Amino acid sequence: MVEQLVFYALSGILVFAGSMVVTVRNPIHAALFLVLAFFTTAGIWLLLDAEFLAMTLVLVYVGAVMVLFLFVIMMLDVNSLVMREGFSRYMPVGILIAVLVGLEIATVVGASQFGLDIVPAPAHHGAGYSNIEELGSVLYTVYVYPFEIASVLLLVAIVAAIALTLGARRRTRKGQQPNQQVAVNRKDRVRLVQMAAERSDLETP
Amino acid sequence: MIALSDFLILGAIMFCLGVAGIYINRKNLIILMMSLELMLLAVNMNFVAFSHYLGDVAGQIFVFFILTVAAAEAAIGLAILVVLFRNRQTINVGELDSLKG
Repeated sequence: MVEQLVFYALSGILVFAGSMVVTVRNPIHAALFLVLAFFTTAGIWLLLDAEFLAMTLVLVYVGAVMVLFLFVIMMLDVNSLVMREGFSRYMPVGILIAVLVGLEIATVVGASQFGLDIVPAPAHHGAGYSNIEELGSVLYTVYVYPFEIASVLLLVAIVAAIALTLGARRRTRKGQQPNQQVAVNRKDRVRLVQMAAERSDLETP
Repeated sequence: MIALSDFLILGAIMFCLGVAGIYINRKNLIILMMSLELMLLAVNMNFVAFSHYLGDVAGQIFVFFILTVAAAEAAIGLAILVVLFRNRQTINVGELDSLKG
């Protein structure tokens, strides 16, 4: 009973946060509502005995990805008024399509297909259960190759992100080039000019 | 007790919010990426719910990998966004028409 109350409260917060993400005017507020949505989802995953994934969601998404989003939003000088043109024009069709998709999915996964009488709720694990241990015992044996591919993927993502941002700065010719600054000689920069002295015309009467 | 269908319908609602976000914020690339994150979150919720109710840990492993890929996607996407803004001074989708598509 308490579990159900917690679930419905968290679901309400989650739907509220999600709808604010897509409708709010300021992108920073949207990012902060997305943080709220991630926190709430972590709570719902705790109800599903997925402790490791809940913690990972908070650490990776709230701690890394959303901070990255906030950095980018604050670095870019975005005019949010221009960005919202057409907002009210696309609003009805967006809501229409969302409701249609939602109804279609709900008819497929509704209570008549996945209700309690068809898929009974499993008992919660006892106090000695370790979700991390269970995940780790599978992750490093059965799924070891996907795990290594995922690590290579992250490495490629690091290289790609750095190469994108560094390469763009060199192309705009605003960066310094220290090798050329150090290698310069006096004869390249200084030119001594000999010229005859001249009389100014103002001094002559 | 909470039924499996409750979690699935919650995931469906979140997915629809992501779809609606893509439709109504089609000018702003940052909000578009946030809507994508919302949709990924909904799918992950389905995976975790099925993993719990069917007693199979493979669903949680899959969510782990989805989180990895989504983090990489966000990092590269935001890097592209920064480069785009530096070159074009805009991230308005309506003005990014140099491919003349």
